[in-house]
Amino acid sequence: MLDYRLLPAGDTALVVEFGDRIDRSLSAAVLALAQALDEERIAGVIETVPTFRSLMVHYEPLAVSFDTLAARIGERVGTLRARETAGRSWHLPVCYDRRFAIDLDEVARRTSLTAQQIVERHSAEVYHVYMLGFLPGQAYMGEVAAELALERLPSPRTAIPAGSLAIAGRMSCVFPLETPCGWHIIGRCPIPLWDPARGAALLAPADKVTFIPVSAREYETLRTRAAEGVLRVEPVSEIAGAVA
Amino acid sequence: MTPALRIITPGLSTTVQDLGRHGFQRLGVSVGGVLDPVAFRAANRLAGNPSDTGVLEAVYRGPSFAVETDDARLAFAGAEATVEILDGADAERGETVDLMRSVRVRRGQIVRIGAIKRGATLYIAVEGGFAIAPVLGSVATDRRGGMGGWQGRPLREGDVLPLCRATASERDECRLDGLDLGAPHRLRVVLGPQDDWFSAGEIERFFAGEYTVSAGSNRMGMRLEGPALQHRHGFNIVSDAIATGAIQVPGNGQPLILLADHQTTGGYPKIATVISADLPALGRLPIGAKISFAAVTLEQAAAARRALFATLDGIDDKIVRLSPPPAAIAARLLECNLISGVYDAAA
Repeated sequence: MLDYRLLPAGDTALVVEFGDRIDRSLSAAVLALAQALDEERIAGVIETVPTFRSLMVHYEPLAVSFDTLAARIGERVGTLRARETAGRSWHLPVCYDRRFAIDLDEVARRTSLTAQQIVERHSAEVYHVYMLGFLPGQAYMGEVAAELALERLPSPRTAIPAGSLAIAGRMSCVFPLETPCGWHIIGRCPIPLWDPARGAALLAPADKVTFIPVSAREYETLRTRAAEGVLRVEPVSEIAGAVA
Repeated sequence: MTPALRIITPGLSTTVQDLGRHGFQRLGVSVGGVLDPVAFRAANRLAGNPSDTGVLEAVYRGPSFAVETDDARLAFAGAEATVEILDGADAERGETVDLMRSVRVRRGQIVRIGAIKRGATLYIAVEGGFAIAPVLGSVATDRRGGMGGWQGRPLREGDVLPLCRATASERDECRLDGLDLGAPHRLRVVLGPQDDWFSAGEIERFFAGEYTVSAGSNRMGMRLEGPALQHRHGFNIVSDAIATGAIQVPGNGQPLILLADHQTTGGYPKIATVISADLPALGRLPIGAKISFAAVTLEQAAAARRALFATLDGIDDKIVRLSPPPAAIAARLLECNLISGVYDAAA
């Protein structure tokens, strides 16, 4: 049986907290519970929001009480299988050229690695999508190799371009929209991660992502095709739930 | 020509809003929507709209705009503001219109709204609403997401907002009496989700303290100044999801209440969360307002939510029709061919 705590977040939401760390087994529990609750369609539950180590459940308290919901969640957690939910596998092109990778030299200075080593190590990982948040379609992907993990810049930038790829602690993020940002930027992805017309995010929690280095020229070609709406982006494979 | 309102001055930050987009927070999409759903509903019902129709939300200083359709029905609800209707761009003075009532305006007239006082927000509804395509089921402006509303941003000079109706429907104007749009000094909260990041003594300080709404507040969050709160063990939590009304305490110890446009996830401990029934009042609080907090149970919060729903449901009963002035009656009957001119009758 998984350990968890139920915490009220006001009177219309609660948090099912499995722990206080960024951890693949906690993420697996969060995503499995999100899936189970979505399938169960409990009357009064409005939406669920999975994060690294907890699931927020928004509900209508006049339709279902905290106590009733807590009991239903307890039953669900009791029967959760400690498996990672199925995800898709993606290869996302990234241009690590300095004109996009505005902090590459700073990262090199801080990590005592060369720019080439940084690109090699960053693109060698298979990243797990823990959650989407902060901006529409923005995925938190981990873990970044320990030697590349960096905290925020001393002062945040007021705006970075859409598609910017950042190192955020042990996470990597591609920002789908222009945004203020305090993290180190090491590249840019030409693939749109958010489609406002359809309300669709390319990536979902439990997906796996590998970044494929591309030249500035390839970047421009992909960017143009994406802007023209003729770029088809498909996952390289579907992965079945693996035992965590 | 498309019926429209043309923005002459945009005000401080005027946005198209409705009740927001629900069901997409897991994709990183904020719920957004009006800060004060009670005044929002009042404005819509006065204009004769379904209660979730998109309106303009003005903050602190209202817009002025020109009417570019034959005629339109407007209604205003929210904090105190001077609303004037001028007969054209050259007019110096106009007719002052009360809030909490509907009014008919015609082509060429200019609606000018001044400073918003004793509150933060004013809602301007137009009968039929704006001809704006919803994004993810809502016309609310999501500024961070750059979507919804009018081009995903606050209004600017020269924006031309298309209307669904070219003319106002034929009916009497109406007025809404006795709706409390005040903002209490004490907001009710439920402790958590991260109250265990604070000692009992700090939680006591939080409830004993008086806080002032400070400049730098916006639709994402309300910054407070008052007794600083110490964390027990640092102020960085592993990011988790945020509910509207959550009171997060960053490193400087000054609480920040997350409002409609808050981001979906964040990494500061949240000591308590304002109950849903007090969110409309929270949305009315202007910079400089002094507030404190009181803890309630989930049962008390549910009772307060029932009371809020009763207030919302009771809005229609508080709306009274105004008798039109006699000249307007005669004009309307003439239009409808129900009476004919005296001259004709004698012939």
